[in-house]
Amino acid sequence: MKLVTAVIKPHKWEDVREALETFGVAGMTVSEVSGYGRQKGHTEVYRGAEYDIALVPKIRLEIVVEDADTDDVVEIIVKTAQTGRIGDGKVWVQPVDSVVRVRTGDRDEAAL
Amino acid sequence: MDYGLQAWMLMSASLVLLMTTPGLALFYGGMSRSKSVLNMMMMSFSAVGVIGIVYVLWGWSMSYGSEDVALLFNNPFETFGLNGVEGAGYLSVGFQLTFAVITAALISGAVADRLKFSAWLLFIPLWVTLSYFPLAHMVWGGGFLSGVQNGLADLVFSGDGGAAVAPIDYAGGTVVHINAGVAGLVLAILLGRRLGFGKEPIRPHSLPLTMIGAGLLWFGWFGFNVGSWVPGDLTGDEAGAYWLAESSLVWLNTTVATCAAMMGWLLVEKIRDGKATSLGAASGVVAGLVAITPACGALSPVGSIILGAVAGAVCALAVGLKYKLGYDDSLDVVGVHLVGGLVGTVGIGFLAVSGGLFYGGGIRQLVVQVLVALFAVLWSAVATLVVGLAVKAILGLRVAEEDEVEGIDFADHGESAYDMSGTTGSTSRRPSVLTESTATKEGANA
Repeated sequence: MKLVTAVIKPHKWEDVREALETFGVAGMTVSEVSGYGRQKGHTEVYRGAEYDIALVPKIRLEIVVEDADTDDVVEIIVKTAQTGRIGDGKVWVQPVDSVVRVRTGDRDEAAL
Repeated sequence: MDYGLQAWMLMSASLVLLMTTPGLALFYGGMSRSKSVLNMMMMSFSAVGVIGIVYVLWGWSMSYGSEDVALLFNNPFETFGLNGVEGAGYLSVGFQLTFAVITAALISGAVADRLKFSAWLLFIPLWVTLSYFPLAHMVWGGGFLSGVQNGLADLVFSGDGGAAVAPIDYAGGTVVHINAGVAGLVLAILLGRRLGFGKEPIRPHSLPLTMIGAGLLWFGWFGFNVGSWVPGDLTGDEAGAYWLAESSLVWLNTTVATCAAMMGWLLVEKIRDGKATSLGAASGVVAGLVAITPACGALSPVGSIILGAVAGAVCALAVGLKYKLGYDDSLDVVGVHLVGGLVGTVGIGFLAVSGGLFYGGGIRQLVVQVLVALFAVLWSAVATLVVGLAVKAILGLRVAEEDEVEGIDFADHGESAYDMSGTTGSTSRRPSVLTESTATKEGANA
């Protein structure tokens, strides 16, 4: 199993969720996060004073998937969240040793 | 005075109180950071609490009465505790009380994030006593800055044989706005800059609060300006006819000057920064209201539009001064109230239908307006310096560095404005992203 983590633009989240649901992903964890990448935030102007705002709001998705589905899930996220403009985000994949469903005690693939 | 007019005055006094609580509290609170919004709003609320009482005790007596002292103030003990005031006399006291309250509250914008709450509570009653009440007496109570014999205008023009020129300050360009603006500047300098000023982003935490506050200020300002008419010796139908003509003009002037100032501020932003901002709109509204305050009874509606446009543009440029000169007037009391007050007070000399330079009135009114403004600046600066240094010696002005970083809300009030954790208690907040999932795609994109 793999943990797919994606940091994407907030307004793309709804599209990504729909695409993943259509593919068959049953659930995910979503959080509002902030951070920056190569674009180094943005500038805002208040009463003529320009500020560099380092942290840009993003949405973080965390999805545990079966090994076989990993590439498809990553591809769906990338394809759906892409605008081609700076600040589209990142997706990364990590191995997962085990998963337990709290309600039933089911383990690993059965718990997904 | 007609009963209907008295009822309007009661309404006006209530409208002016609405300007401070919650208008100004919201306007300033939204511009503060989330860790100091409560302190900012508390400075407005406490100004009502403290100055409301002080005004009844000696404020009214120092401002108005028959025992003038050197044309500078009235004997504070003549009607101390409103002894000798009765019946409908309370009406004027109530109306003027709300002006003293908001003038003190206006200063709080200059001292965001760092002034001890105890120091604020001591500063404002001393300040209104040395600065506001004397200036109110000088301008409206028959003192040095009114048209009185041996007043400033009389001294300047007594020798030239022309008609006497009385200074014009309809509702408080000098007494309220120049006064509060100068006090904000002096206190901000005494207090020093906030940690991170000019280096790290110190952004408004909620511009919607600021916009609501600006809207409430605008609404309340109709009490401020339209309630500031003086019936003189008129009674009955005569007073009513005079009131109707005067208040119709004042209402319209107040409105259109504010419209023009908002657009003037936004135009400067669009040209200079590339975008017209909501904070610019809210700020322009207040700048316009400030500028028209002294002038609303003296200008034509078109003159008011010109004055407002100038005030909006000039104030939009003036708020940048603090970065060049290095004083931390946090929410621009100087850039909006001092500069706006000066534009309005001096602008009367150009635009007054009767006596203004542009209307063929010569320069006498203009000279008087400039001198009155300068005298108010000087008086307020000295008074604020004296009071500020006294409070600094007694209590100290500034919170500890650690408290400033952690936030004055918790340090001085033991509270936090917002529960951001989402995990405390059974009423925990759902992440807003999950609530948004039910919105349309267009809604989520917006």
